[in-house]
Amino acid sequence: MEENNPNYQIFVVNSARYLTLTTTKYDRRKKWQALDPKEVRSIIPGSVIEIFAAVGQEMKAGQAILTLDAMKMYTKVEMPFDGVIKSIDVAKGDRVPKNTLLVTIE
Amino acid sequence: MSFKRNILDLRKRKKEAQQGGGEKAIEKQVAMGKKTARERIKAILDENSFHEYDLFVEHTGRDFDMEKKVLHGDGVIIGTGTMYNQPVAIYAQDFTVAGGSLGLMHARKITKIMDHALKMRVPLIGINDSGGARIQEGVNSLAGYGEIFYRNTNASGVIPQISVILGPCAGGAVYSPALTDFVFVVENISKMFITGPGVIKSVLGEEISMEDLGGAMIHSEITGNAHFFAKSEDECFAQIKKLITFIPWNNAQKALKFPVQEPLSKRSIEEIVPVDPHHPYDIRDIIKAVTDGSDFFEIMEYFARNIVIGFGRIQGNTIGFVANQPMYLAGVLDCDSSDKAARFIRYCDAFNIPIVTLEDMPGYLPGVDQEHAGVIRHGAKLLYAYSEATVPKVTVIIRKAYGGGYIAMNSRHLGADFVFAWPTAEIAVMGPEGAANIVFKKEIDEAENPAEMRKQKIQEYKDKFANPFVAASKGYIDEVIEPAETRARLIHSLEVSASKVDQRPARKHGIPPF
Repeated sequence: MEENNPNYQIFVVNSARYLTLTTTKYDRRKKWQALDPKEVRSIIPGSVIEIFAAVGQEMKAGQAILTLDAMKMYTKVEMPFDGVIKSIDVAKGDRVPKNTLLVTIE
Repeated sequence: MSFKRNILDLRKRKKEAQQGGGEKAIEKQVAMGKKTARERIKAILDENSFHEYDLFVEHTGRDFDMEKKVLHGDGVIIGTGTMYNQPVAIYAQDFTVAGGSLGLMHARKITKIMDHALKMRVPLIGINDSGGARIQEGVNSLAGYGEIFYRNTNASGVIPQISVILGPCAGGAVYSPALTDFVFVVENISKMFITGPGVIKSVLGEEISMEDLGGAMIHSEITGNAHFFAKSEDECFAQIKKLITFIPWNNAQKALKFPVQEPLSKRSIEEIVPVDPHHPYDIRDIIKAVTDGSDFFEIMEYFARNIVIGFGRIQGNTIGFVANQPMYLAGVLDCDSSDKAARFIRYCDAFNIPIVTLEDMPGYLPGVDQEHAGVIRHGAKLLYAYSEATVPKVTVIIRKAYGGGYIAMNSRHLGADFVFAWPTAEIAVMGPEGAANIVFKKEIDEAENPAEMRKQKIQEYKDKFANPFVAASKGYIDEVIEPAETRARLIHSLEVSASKVDQRPARKHGIPPF
């Protein structure tokens, strides 16, 4: 009966190829990508209320880059290691979702 | 003589209170496509069986001018009635009264009926239609929610708890349904979320509609918070009435026995399953081929469709079915399907419902997303639930039973009482393709024609292991049966298991990986 359903896709599990349908949730899953340590991203949604860093500025690990107002808490985003600010990818007042690129380090 | 005056006064008061938020508010409710709280209760219970309590309860808000407001029944209706002449407890939030908002007395009414339900050991049905906490009552409304959650937890596994979401159910309110056994939702009416679209927009700038954020289909298909999806309130009530026929009234009872019916045999059971194990079919057709009247009441139909759960009857007795679904994602186990099945198994175990497992799965879903989503932890729930369950447990292996999935799907090793296998069953540490690649790696790599050698070695492995007889030779499966014998074997094994006693060590409670 359903054996000839045109929506069947090839689905590989342990080298075996199965004919099957997929689910909405499966189709919507995000492909994993390795994190670039030079990209500083928001770990919580919030608003950028202050930016301390400037493009081209040399900064030490632990120095505050900007302040994120998230969940009624002012969270300082710090330099993960010594480096030079290549770009600031948000502006003061921006509302940022989780995992938004904030700053790129050279 | 003076009695008459009192009675008339009572009637007048009742009539007034029963109006809830009044005509205008009721009109609004109807305009939203919703029934009123009273209509809903009437639709679920046996005719004229409802008795209401606490009709005259008044709210205790004394701030923000609340003392001047009359909120009939404080926005919730509680009472008892019957379904199929068996007693049940019920409450329904009345959105026409202050948006069904939850204040202290509103919560007290709900906890009162919950306490009754638990003491009397009868099912509790909660109809949720509320704007949330009554802000004017401050921490009292939080107290109210907490007292409801506490009772939901105490009643869990003792009496059936059913939540019906027929309106908004947001913030703290969502956690009472989440603690109950079955959550019913209706398209365009049910809305559940912790943080609404408004807040999400103001914090994140993300715009999303209520339906896309926490509508009925989202909770049925994506989050797994809801168990039953309906297109209308009437369809939802019909689902509730059907569900209740399958479950016992409390954990000390068994579900009602129904007259035995043979399955409606449309076609023979072996015709349903393709011989090629790589080809799909709908496992629900197999379930319907073994259940009385071919009736199968599926639970969580849209969530984790790669596993199917639900109730059917065999010889008139309710059975919980757990079955891999080759039609979706090849029937793999993954985070969601493990979670879905594990919770259902625990439900069946708590309420004395035997479990029949139908197995046809190629293993666990590979992928970074699965590993990072905690497939180890979620997969462990399934092992835990099957191992912990002391109700009769019967497994039928139809085709593939590979690797960790073989263990997880109620294997003998986790305490299955009976394990049957069709002659098409393949019980092995992995599928022939994967196994040949590992076992015969050297031969394949060194062959003149690796593709040909690989094919040959896959066949060799298939011949040797892709059958039920190796497992049968160890006693891991009890019997290799012909597909047509499946229902008869299930009937017999469940009859034999009817008085099963299986003890677990005394303890306060286990620590399942949730």
